[in-house]
Amino acid sequence: MSVTAIKTTSRIPDLSTVPAVDEVGVNERVARFQSRSIKSSSKVEALKLILSMIDLTTLEGMDTPGKVRQLSQKAIHLHDAMPNLPHVAAVCVYPMMVPVAKETLKGHDINVASVATAFPSGMSSLQVKLDDTRMAVDAGANEIDMVISRGAFLAGEFAYVFDEIAAVKEACGDVHLKVILETGELGTLDRVRRASVLAMHAGADFIKTSTGKIQPAATMQVTLVMLQAIKDYYYETGRMVGMKPAGGISTAKLAVHYLVMLRETLGNAWMTPEWFRFGASSLANDVLMQLRKQSTGIYQSADYFSQD
Amino acid sequence: MATPENKLAFDGGWEYAAAPESTDHIKVKKRYGLFIDGNFIAPEKGRYFDTINPANEEKLSRVAMASQLDVDKAVKAARKAYAGPWSRMKPKERGKYIYRIARIMQERAREFAAIESLDGGKPIRESRDVDVPLASAHFFYYAGWADKLEYAFPGRTAKALGVAGQVIPWNFPLLMAAWKIAPALACGNTVVLKPAETTPLTAMKLAEVIADAGLPGGVVNIITGAGDTGSALVTHPDVDKVAFTGSTNVGRIIQRALAGSNKKYTLELGGKAANIIFADAAIDQAVEGIVNGIFFNQGHVCCAGSRLFVQESVADEVVQKLKDRMETLIVGDPMDKNTDIGAINSRMQLEKIESYLEIGQQEGGTMHQSSCSVPDAGYWCRPTIFTGVSQSNRVVQEEIFGPVLAIQTFRTYSEAMSKANNTPYGLSGGVWTDKGSKIFKMTQGLRAGVVWANTFNKFDPTSPFGGYKESGVGREGGLHGLDAYTKLGAKK
Amino acid sequence: MSNKSQRLPIAKTYKIYIDGKFPRTESGRYFALENKKGAVIANICRGSRKDFRNAVVAARKAQTGWAKASAYLRGQIVYRIAEMLEGRKEQFVAELVLQGNTRRAAEREVDASIDRLIYYAGWADKYQQIFSSVNPVNSSHFNFSVLEPTGVVSLIAPDNSGLIGLISNIVPAIVGGNTCVVLASEQRPLCAVSFAEVLHASDVPAGVVNILTGFRSELTEQFASHMDVNAIAYCDGGKKAARTIQELAAENIKHAISRQQVDWLSDDAASPYRIRETQEVKTTWHPIGT
Repeated sequence: MSVTAIKTTSRIPDLSTVPAVDEVGVNERVARFQSRSIKSSSKVEALKLILSMIDLTTLEGMDTPGKVRQLSQKAIHLHDAMPNLPHVAAVCVYPMMVPVAKETLKGHDINVASVATAFPSGMSSLQVKLDDTRMAVDAGANEIDMVISRGAFLAGEFAYVFDEIAAVKEACGDVHLKVILETGELGTLDRVRRASVLAMHAGADFIKTSTGKIQPAATMQVTLVMLQAIKDYYYETGRMVGMKPAGGISTAKLAVHYLVMLRETLGNAWMTPEWFRFGASSLANDVLMQLRKQSTGIYQSADYFSQD
Repeated sequence: MATPENKLAFDGGWEYAAAPESTDHIKVKKRYGLFIDGNFIAPEKGRYFDTINPANEEKLSRVAMASQLDVDKAVKAARKAYAGPWSRMKPKERGKYIYRIARIMQERAREFAAIESLDGGKPIRESRDVDVPLASAHFFYYAGWADKLEYAFPGRTAKALGVAGQVIPWNFPLLMAAWKIAPALACGNTVVLKPAETTPLTAMKLAEVIADAGLPGGVVNIITGAGDTGSALVTHPDVDKVAFTGSTNVGRIIQRALAGSNKKYTLELGGKAANIIFADAAIDQAVEGIVNGIFFNQGHVCCAGSRLFVQESVADEVVQKLKDRMETLIVGDPMDKNTDIGAINSRMQLEKIESYLEIGQQEGGTMHQSSCSVPDAGYWCRPTIFTGVSQSNRVVQEEIFGPVLAIQTFRTYSEAMSKANNTPYGLSGGVWTDKGSKIFKMTQGLRAGVVWANTFNKFDPTSPFGGYKESGVGREGGLHGLDAYTKLGAKK
Repeated sequence: MSNKSQRLPIAKTYKIYIDGKFPRTESGRYFALENKKGAVIANICRGSRKDFRNAVVAARKAQTGWAKASAYLRGQIVYRIAEMLEGRKEQFVAELVLQGNTRRAAEREVDASIDRLIYYAGWADKYQQIFSSVNPVNSSHFNFSVLEPTGVVSLIAPDNSGLIGLISNIVPAIVGGNTCVVLASEQRPLCAVSFAEVLHASDVPAGVVNILTGFRSELTEQFASHMDVNAIAYCDGGKKAARTIQELAAENIKHAISRQQVDWLSDDAASPYRIRETQEVKTTWHPIGT
């Protein structure tokens, strides 16, 4: 496999210098994050922050304009019965649906993110992937979520993977690029770390765990490893890179654990939707229910929150 | 590396609200007597002393000061129980009593955890997640050995020793009580145990559990007191076996006092463990290992990783990451579920630690502490590291028993090994490397009773614990922990 | 106070236990268990080869997870089984009496069964310590041998015991991380089914223990020949059956463990060696060097 006629300015990093990762140690650190007790005002603050970090997502073969319109409506009107709610960060759809989302969200400060590059498998030619990217960019997407070539990565073709990311970054122009590692296919935390380093050096604005189409999707373990890679990259280059866990985060409780992990690994600068996102669909309602419970003291029912 | 331009910001922003552990479900009496022969009774001389909460210096309760007469009474009760019901009981029935203790401890786990933190200062998260579960697990493990001793010693028959006199420290009060009582009972002995002066309460609650479990009176006796009580207990002529966990200095005194007697003894004493990080370690997890090694339980741990050796090529990176991590450690009210580092156990211990901080700086070391706030009342020490120190510094040689880490660099594995072993202590050690063969080379060469590879401060009832050299004699936990409480005779 | 002669008690339906559920035998067949006077006590499922097949699938599915559970957890669960059995003593005594034991003998057997569970619970986190070794090989290697469960074990319980024989075969296998499929005593099957209920209430994961009732003559071949069973332990049954079992076991080199004429009530019947019988030994080498 080779990449033709694309000039890159970034250099492929030496992956042999990337530190090893100890799985048992990672599990223990994660357990410690999960034992934090987030209560009262800090819980409300966290829940609101989580809402503002959500990329409301629909990526199904059976998506229709109607479905995308309804999801975008949900993004604008999370729960009108509760005033002063932050809005979600973005709506995430397939390239074909970008125009529909853009139309519905016109005038609202909510981004349209599009997957691209033969999502979710990435099993196509570079040309097709770049066309896919340009189609989404031309339709007005604010953000592109690409997938890396996992097969090539597992076969050790790191230069290929690097060049591909750099090429997609170039096709994005000013549009910000999230690089999906598909951690569930990488197999080990060591590989997750190395893929993260590769993606950042190739120009990723965000690194993202998963497509959400296979199990396992996001886990706290892979997220921690990626956050630690972001920290090392920041120390090395001074450039901040964002992070997005996607898939499998459907409860507010779990999302709060992620925020604790983010807070204690990268600190305050990353605690905004500009640098951290949750790729989720049903998470929003659970967060709304928790917010309601915090203010009323009463446990809530799903019947009272719209399912779009 | 971090520069002023790319430092990470850990203060301010989203902070955790108070998450207090509730105490409305726990019961602490205003005053406790001595637990002798199955009942709480008044001390002969009628003297009591206060036990306080080191986080706010408030009185929690009063406990009895056992005099020589009380010690005599307790040993007599233990002897009577040993000669009577306990030796006559079938081993499997003895085991069932020990299982009962374990089960009741599990049922009362939350109460035990809360009282442990109130009395001793350790974070509730640690008492809840580490101390109490390990303590009940220890009873579970040894309960199972009671009727299985014939398998533990090939070619030998194991018999009980008789009456065990046990003195335990204040850093893991309930866990140390479990480590002493469970194996002693499983092997058929009876016990007189003295908890530490500053942390008697969970021992009193354990006495209540033992009474509720229906254990025959005198099998376990728990007597509170101070140094004199302990001294009277370990030198008592009718005690067959002495078990002590505490400082090397006191251990030395005890060993001397027992010279010429026939008493068997085990001593689990101090340490100054080396925690060694190689350049090929999983660095982020190694940093977490440093934190677990020295800041767990406020560093009040005999096996704490208090001397860090980091391979020179990664030293800056490790220290930077350590400093970042220290910024996220929360020092505060032990009863807050988010507290990472609780109160120092007593004023005396805090003064000792602070004197070492002075000494370290006077010796030319560079001291760095995290920037967190600490409460006004109570005894507190922020997590501290010293760089620019070496083997000859007192802060590197002497056990500080606080959240204070001395950091040195090394170039080769043999340098690390010889510096790690260059100490009169030999309790524990840590090795961090991704290379398996190097792990085994290091663990083979370290002169310490417990070696942790790519982890630290891990305990399990099945895993033997104890030291080489001046860190003590004997092992607790596991199959090897049975040695301390048995005498071996020829196979029948 | 109720008038016992007017109230009709609800008779229990005795099913089998597979994958944490209580189905009837898929064959729909039964046999009538009679007391000494010839009266029918209950209709017992006459288990089929398909029941056995389903049970092995369940046991295999559950085995990796069960083996991964810590020894401490397995010990806790077996202790819990003892707690549950203690609470239901009366039921088991009554069933043994129905099947021909005297009351005194039944009580003795149930007490001994509970104590046997406690005994093996206590071995869960210890047998590894007495049967493993670090081997001082003559090269720069760290060499260690540990026991690992063999996998799925089929068990043919003794006929002459209603409870303790059953338990004494099941528990050492599962304490060691195996899962099992048991054929209950043909003459005294009631307690086996009730014991399944006790297991079900004790946090034992589905599939770890599967209990079938039925005829030895119909099921022995299945228990011995199934290619996805790693070991078979069989009690009594005579020389001919033993030979058949051994021959069929040879097909996939199953461990064939014979337990003949054991006095299950005696303390000698229980030992860590019964755990070892269904364990493999794995030896690992690793270099020691820089």
